Amino acid sequence: MSLNKEQIAQRIAKEVKDGYYVNLGIGIPTLVANYVRDDISVEFQSENGVLGMGPFPFEGEEDADIINAGKQTITTLKGASFFDSSLSFGMIRGQHVDLTILGAMEVAENGDIANWKIPGKMVKGMGGAMDLVASAENIIVAMMHTNRAGESKLLKECSLPLTGVKCVKKIVTNLAVLEVTKDGFLLLERAPGVSVDEIKNATAGRLIVNENTPEMVL
Amino acid sequence: MINKKETSVDEALQGVKDNMTFLLGGFGLCGIPENSINKLVALNVKNLTCVSNNAGVDDFGLGLLLQKRQIKKMISSYVGENDEFERQMLSGELEVELIPQGTLAERCRAAQAGIPAFYTPAGYGTEVGEGKESRVFNGKPHILEHAFEADFSFVKAWKGDEAGNLIFKGTARNFNPVMCGAAKITVAEVEELLPAGSLNPNEIHIPGIFVQRIFKGEKYEKRIEQLTVRKKE
Repeated sequence: MSLNKEQIAQRIAKEVKDGYYVNLGIGIPTLVANYVRDDISVEFQSENGVLGMGPFPFEGEEDADIINAGKQTITTLKGASFFDSSLSFGMIRGQHVDLTILGAMEVAENGDIANWKIPGKMVKGMGGAMDLVASAENIIVAMMHTNRAGESKLLKECSLPLTGVKCVKKIVTNLAVLEVTKDGFLLLERAPGVSVDEIKNATAGRLIVNENTPEMVL
Repeated sequence: MINKKETSVDEALQGVKDNMTFLLGGFGLCGIPENSINKLVALNVKNLTCVSNNAGVDDFGLGLLLQKRQIKKMISSYVGENDEFERQMLSGELEVELIPQGTLAERCRAAQAGIPAFYTPAGYGTEVGEGKESRVFNGKPHILEHAFEADFSFVKAWKGDEAGNLIFKGTARNFNPVMCGAAKITVAEVEELLPAGSLNPNEIHIPGIFVQRIFKGEKYEKRIEQLTVRKKE
């Protein structure tokens, strides 16, 4: 059974370690916050200028001056701080943020990522994605293994305009957990009930399969 | 004390002309200089180049200037929430330069701090880096980006005093502090304008030296773009 978006987020949450400062992108990455173990200390950074983001406010308690990078109203937790955009990207560029989780349209076997522009369609912009992928040490991509047309999103080379080069370290999809190595995508885990052949068929880039790839534990 | 004097929005925007370049604070609709934007609409200045992380929505923020075709060029990092923007961009009426958000912030800060240009890894190997000088530091490629050159900065703060000192609130801070002093003239609008001495010097985010004109905004709508709430159990 391939994973749904919530389950992808649940699996990625296992990569979040005690003491991490984490930046979550929009979409599946945002859901990761719901699955982080509550016996560890983690702070979520939002690039519009907050560290220590909390859940959505209770009805009637929203504050137009406190939002996340998705422009959603949020709350802050104990120990939170606000700062300007330059300092925020200083945190990112200066590699003070431990983990970045973001979505992608395509990832190449060398770690290139494309997630901001489809030629011929309205381009909304890269927001903070180029800064994040250019600087973060530890980048996990959360995405579906194939696009709506059933084509692989794990490619030999990206076909769309790049967001960053050789930067993705790990990918969690509805089918698998993969690591980007110098030889290609290394299959680390399979989604429960998904065969290695299914993953091979859905991966256009070079896939390295070791014997006995374990199933994910959610 | 150097008194910046409380001015009205009319006085604060004196000297604003066609063809100028403006830096405008705000992230989405959060912390935007609402009153200055409304005044720019009323003044009907045209052919503007506006640097702002986003471009407002159709009927609020910079969207109001777009409706009246006052903007010639937008420099932003993300512009997803505006139909009129999309229409003008696709028809070629509006020139759009999309740049990484951290680069946008740092190009403001560089202008504020008198740094003409800087290297950043953001955008290397992408179309953002095309045609730009690049250089490798510690084994990692970077591209050269330049400080903005602008005529006016329009920023919004929570509290200010007659000396031009500013304090921001929550994530309405965003690009506002880095745009102060990044243009020839900085106009700050505030929710509360207080006599000098009212603000604790330890708590000031932006010293008045970066602010030439200050006024109290007549009203703040503070529109919420994405209202997300939980129900009380």
